[in-house]
Amino acid sequence: MSLTKFKFDKKILFSFWIILIALIIAAPTLLPVFRLNLLGRYLSLSIVALGVDLIWGYTGLLSLGQGIFFALGGYCAAMYLQITSSSEFPNNIPEFFALYGVEKLPFFWEPFRSPVFTFFAIWIIPALVAGLLGFLVFRNRIKGVYFSILTQASLLVFFNFFNGQQKLINGTNGLKTDVTQLFGQMVGSESMQRLFFWLTAILVIAAWFFAKWVVKGRFGNILIGIRDDEPRVRFTGYNPVIFKTIIFSIAGALAGISGALYTVQSGIVSPQFMTVPFSIEMVIWVAVGGRGTLLGAILGAVFINYAKSLVSEALPASWMFIQGGLFILVVTALPEGVLGWIQGDGPRNVLQKFGLKRKIETYPSLEINNKEGNND
Amino acid sequence: MINRDLLNLIDITVSFEGFLALNKLNLNLKKGELRAVIGPNGAGKTTFLDVITGKVRPTKGEVIFKGKSLIGRKEHKIARLGVGRKFQSPRIFENLTVKENLEISVTTPKSPLNLINKNIKEEQLDEIERLLKIVNLSQEVNSKAGSLSHGQKQWLEIAMLVGQKPDLMLVDEPVAGLTDEETDLTADLLKSLSGENTVVVIDHDMEFIRRLDSNVSVLNQGTVLCEGTMETIQKDKKVIDVYLGRPED
Repeated sequence: MSLTKFKFDKKILFSFWIILIALIIAAPTLLPVFRLNLLGRYLSLSIVALGVDLIWGYTGLLSLGQGIFFALGGYCAAMYLQITSSSEFPNNIPEFFALYGVEKLPFFWEPFRSPVFTFFAIWIIPALVAGLLGFLVFRNRIKGVYFSILTQASLLVFFNFFNGQQKLINGTNGLKTDVTQLFGQMVGSESMQRLFFWLTAILVIAAWFFAKWVVKGRFGNILIGIRDDEPRVRFTGYNPVIFKTIIFSIAGALAGISGALYTVQSGIVSPQFMTVPFSIEMVIWVAVGGRGTLLGAILGAVFINYAKSLVSEALPASWMFIQGGLFILVVTALPEGVLGWIQGDGPRNVLQKFGLKRKIETYPSLEINNKEGNND
Repeated sequence: MINRDLLNLIDITVSFEGFLALNKLNLNLKKGELRAVIGPNGAGKTTFLDVITGKVRPTKGEVIFKGKSLIGRKEHKIARLGVGRKFQSPRIFENLTVKENLEISVTTPKSPLNLINKNIKEEQLDEIERLLKIVNLSQEVNSKAGSLSHGQKQWLEIAMLVGQKPDLMLVDEPVAGLTDEETDLTADLLKSLSGENTVVVIDHDMEFIRRLDSNVSVLNQGTVLCEGTMETIQKDKKVIDVYLGRPED
C-alpha cells in the first residue's frame, strides 16, 4: 500500500463516523458555551464553503458574491424570528420600526409569519436569485474574470440596497435574533444554542452528502468538463448554460442555509454579511482546504475561522497578515490546497526529499495498471 | 435532388473585419461519403468546420443539414442534430478517466435531469466497450485521460466522436503527431466508419489522404479550388501551383 492514496477501508471509515458522531453529541459538554457557539458558527460557514467548492472547484465559476445568498438566508430567518416575537411591541410589529415611525408592516414581511414559508424561503429565495442572476450571466457567455467582477458588483448593489433601507429592514443596524423567541425559548439562550449546534452539525453532514451526490457520476463529470473545456462540452451536445445555472442555484441554496444558521448563532444579521472581504474569505477557505475535494471546503472553513478567532484573541490586528500569507502560500506552493496536496503526491515528495521514500521509477500509468492487476 | 445530400454549403462567406476567411464556398456531401479537405495554411479549413458546427456565424450564405438550416442554431443544438466534431489538437477531458470521457459522449438524452437521476443505460455501457476495443484503449479504461500518450488521446477523441453517433463527422487533423503505424490505423478506422456515417477529414498529410482513397476538396483562400479523386487533383495545374508544388517547410 502506498502512502500517496488515502484509501480508507470500511472498518476505518466506520470508526471514523462513530467518533465523529460521538464528538458532535459530546461537544456541548466538552466545550465552554462560548467556544461551542463559535464552533457552531464556523460549521455553518462550511456549508457556504461547500457551495463555493461546487461552483468554483468543480465548475470553475469563481463567484465573489456568495455573500448575497448567505445574507438572504440570514434575513429570511431573522425576519421570521422578529415578527413572531413582536406581540409586545407597538402595532405588533418588530421594535425597530417604531424608530423610523413605521406603523404598518411592509408587505413582504407578511409571509414570514409562517414557519413553513420561512423554512422554504431560507433556501429557495437565495436559489432563485442565484438562478436568475446566473442564467442571465451564463446565457451571455460571460465567464472567467468578467464573471467574478460581475458577481462582486452584484454584491455591492445588494449591500448598498440593504444598508440604506432603514424603514424596510433596519438598514445598516441589521436584524437582531438573540432576544427573539422560538418555541417559547429565547434564541440566544444556552439550550437553544446547543440545539442549533446539533442542527448545524447534522446539516453540514447532510450538505456534504448532498454535494457528493451532485458531483458523483456523469452530472459531476459534466461540471468538470465545463471547468476544463466548455466549448468541447457544447460540441458534444450539452448545454452548459443549464448546468451552470443549476449548480449556481444549488450553491445559492447552500449559502442561504448557511447564512440562516450563522445568523441564529451569532445573534444578528446585517449588511455586514455582504461586504466584499467576507465573500472573498469564503473563496480563501476553499482554496486553502483544497478545491474540488468538498471535505477540504469544510475543513478550510472551520479551521481558518477557528484560527482567526484564536489569533485575534492573542495578537489582535495580526490576523489579516496571516490570512494573506496563507493565501499566498496556497497559491504559490499548494495550488490544490492542503487536502489536495495530501491526496496527491505531496507527502510522498516530501518523504522523498528526506530520502525516506524511494522515487517512482515507473510510469504512473504502469503503476496504476499493476495495482489493478494485483487487486484482481 | 438537392435534398438527397446530407450537407449543402451554399455561397458561404465569412468575413473577419474585412478579411475573407471563406469566400463564396460551395460544398455538397452525400450520405455515407468520405471526403478529405486539404489546403494550405490559412485556406479556411478550420473556419469551414466552425461554420458547420455553429461556432462562427457566416456573414452570408446558407448551411443545409438533413434539409434544415443550421444558421443561427446554438452549438449544442447542432451537435444534437447529428454533427460531431473532432478538434485539431486532441480535446478530451484530461481530469476524467477514459471511461468517463466516453460516458459523456454516448449519454442520451443530454439533459441535467437524466444525468443526475439515472444510471447509464446498459446498451450505452456495451457501446463504450465496443468503442474501447475499436481504438485499442480497453487496458486504459480507468486511467486519467490526461495520462494517455498523444496518439491515444487522438484515438480517444475519435472514439468520443463515434460514440456521439453523429450523421456527420468532422475530423480535423486526426493524425497530427502520430507515428506512421498509428496514421495507417487511423486511416483504416476512418474508412471503416464511412458508408454508415458521413465523414469529412481535414489534413495536411498527403500520404494519409491518399490512403483514405476518397474524394478530395482543395481549399484555397476561402473557396473550393478543385474537387475530385487524388489522381485528378494531383494533375490539376491550379492545385499544383498553390499547394502541391510548393516545397514543404
